[in-house]
Amino acid sequence: MSTVVGSRPALTWAVHLAVLFLVALWTLPTLGILVSSLRDKDQLAISGWWTALTASERNLVARAAPPEDAQPEGGRWVLTGNVFNGDGAAAAFGVSSREPSAFAAGDTAELGDGATVTVEANGDYVIAYPEKPDGKRGQRIFISSVEPPKFTTENYENVLFSEGLGKSFINTMTVTIPATVIPILIAAYAAYALAWMEFPGRALLLATIVGLLVVPLQMSLIPLLRLYNEVGIGKSFIGIWLAHTGFGLPLAIYLLRNYMAGLPREIIESAKVDGASDFEIFRKIILPLSFPALASFAIFQFLWTWNDLLVATVFLGNNEEQLVLTGRLRELLGSRGGNWEILTASAFVAIIVPILVFFAMQRYLVRGLLAGSVKGG
Amino acid sequence: MAISSTITTPTTGSPGPGGFFVTLAIALFIMLAGIVVSVVCAVAVFAALNAILPDIKLVQAVLVMLLGVAACFGYFWGSNRILDTIYPAHGARIADNINKANSIRPWLFLGPAVVILGVYLVYPVVNSIFLSFHGPDGRQWVGGANYAWLVTDAAFRESMFNNILWLLVVPAAATFFGLIAAALTDRIGWGNLAKSLIFMPMAISFVGASVIWKFIYDYRPQGTEQIGLLNAIVTFFGGEPQAWITLPLWNSFFLMVILIWIQTGFAMVILSAALRGIPEETIEAAIIDGASPLQIFYKIKVPQIWGTIAVVWTTITILVLKVFDIVLAMTNGQWGSQVLANYMFDWMFRGLDFGRASTIALVIMAMVTPIMIWNIREARKDMK
Repeated sequence: MSTVVGSRPALTWAVHLAVLFLVALWTLPTLGILVSSLRDKDQLAISGWWTALTASERNLVARAAPPEDAQPEGGRWVLTGNVFNGDGAAAAFGVSSREPSAFAAGDTAELGDGATVTVEANGDYVIAYPEKPDGKRGQRIFISSVEPPKFTTENYENVLFSEGLGKSFINTMTVTIPATVIPILIAAYAAYALAWMEFPGRALLLATIVGLLVVPLQMSLIPLLRLYNEVGIGKSFIGIWLAHTGFGLPLAIYLLRNYMAGLPREIIESAKVDGASDFEIFRKIILPLSFPALASFAIFQFLWTWNDLLVATVFLGNNEEQLVLTGRLRELLGSRGGNWEILTASAFVAIIVPILVFFAMQRYLVRGLLAGSVKGG
Repeated sequence: MAISSTITTPTTGSPGPGGFFVTLAIALFIMLAGIVVSVVCAVAVFAALNAILPDIKLVQAVLVMLLGVAACFGYFWGSNRILDTIYPAHGARIADNINKANSIRPWLFLGPAVVILGVYLVYPVVNSIFLSFHGPDGRQWVGGANYAWLVTDAAFRESMFNNILWLLVVPAAATFFGLIAAALTDRIGWGNLAKSLIFMPMAISFVGASVIWKFIYDYRPQGTEQIGLLNAIVTFFGGEPQAWITLPLWNSFFLMVILIWIQTGFAMVILSAALRGIPEETIEAAIIDGASPLQIFYKIKVPQIWGTIAVVWTTITILVLKVFDIVLAMTNGQWGSQVLANYMFDWMFRGLDFGRASTIALVIMAMVTPIMIWNIREARKDMK
């Protein structure tokens, strides 16, 4: 197929550019929060993340020492100091809010009544008065400073240890691991029975499972919440593990059954002839052979439970001790809406594990998607 | 498929309807015995180990996971043992025993799955219908009052309107972009890398994606430097910055972008596999006839993968009907962006009216049902 295009260089270039454009559109949003989460929070608040590598300009207002502190020097009264109280680089300065950067660093500005002010690039200022001044209010100096790009891991330390994200991370793991493993086993046995055992009602059961694949989660929330309260499970990890198991089972059974039904019949028949029971056949032959399908479902279920907000909110609740990553992120969106250094770092902590799993196991994910969808068409 | 009965039971046929219920009763009994024994063992071991191990949640989670797996295995192994003890595969009545054991065993394998599916998915459907005819606490019969309320409720109509908007835009856009991405990436050397990157948002949670896009839509008053990408682009070209997610009607589209961004990768992966499955001859014939690449794509390739396009479309449609996290995190239904799933959540947790919330859930269910029926019919065709 590609030979057709290969013979037309212009078209090939167009394809390359178009794909590059698509890839950029699909990766830039995520790149944006990664870059932002590593930036200094003051810089993040005033400039776009795409300028992260260029020096950023910052306007600030400094107040000089009180005029009454001026010392006589060479016939004039002089005040000295530094506008930054530390390090910084002034590009320009001004003496009125209307023209905050009227003078370049090193120039001398008139203050009126013969007084002058000079600000050096390192922030040192010299104010000279012709006569002994008085007053406690220091002269305002407007500085536009140039800061080199600053990167820091401070945002991550902050969200992990003081915003409670570390705790939520552990909660999410606690929910995810059992909620991924338990349905696999239960589904595997059921799938084997549906694929290789003969019993009345099998077709009906299969049709029911296909139907249950699309039952919206919203249906189950209230009845189960009431049931949990009656039984006394309440808002506990056991409750959410079982809920995720229940919601994941139709897909698990469907995927595994389709895969197991495709295994060669000869293997199973010869095992039967050798006197193996269904239980042994399942454990020693079917289970190992079904590894790709098991892995596919495991990734689905892992991504789904890790990223779930609805089930966790309903069955675990919003208390500080049990909040999962997605719940925490949603809460931060409400309470820290403008603090992008916190939001971007938190978001990245929440998405990095599924992204790593995704890249490591992509092959199985794709296989599972294809088994679930293309066949049905 | 009838391996077990053809090989091990050459003489007798399947049991009659009466025998079927006896089989089920015995299976139920063995199942209960197996479950009780394995759960009791697991709980006992958990209690014993929990006293020794440090009180860290993750340790407990791993312990529960291992015990859960052990209990599952214990159940399947134990129930099989019980079955083999009741109907031993030796002695005088061997043929009859094997026959009976083989009719019970499937139910032991299916047992836990059927119970869990029943409790978590089937019972809720029935219970929701029951609740929709009852008041806020689910005790008082109110007849059709919840449905009557639904018809006149302005917020419900707004949610319905927005849901339909989502249904029209998101599946179409995600499938379209997915098809384009699939067609383009299949032609170039670094196509697989490009595919991975376009597919990646699939791994990101809806809430995470909401943070990512809220950052893009961030708004600062005019005159200050914009840190949101969209407003930065708009002001760069001389436009006025906008608080995008507060603009009625338009905000729904800005939220839809997030779901399209997530789902395009899914559409691309499946459509790419379908495109590769197209027989080479049809394309070669078109080339010989002098068709341009664009013509080949639209007139030869796309018509051959309509079935897969339909599957992708319906899969995303189901997802869209349930869209919740994005709206909750971005606007929580404010500024006219409410959708059904979030509205239901609202009545459940803020309105505390289980009757009304269940009624809204049933509306979502009703919208999914046609797809469900179609799926079942397709699957049955496939399995025959």
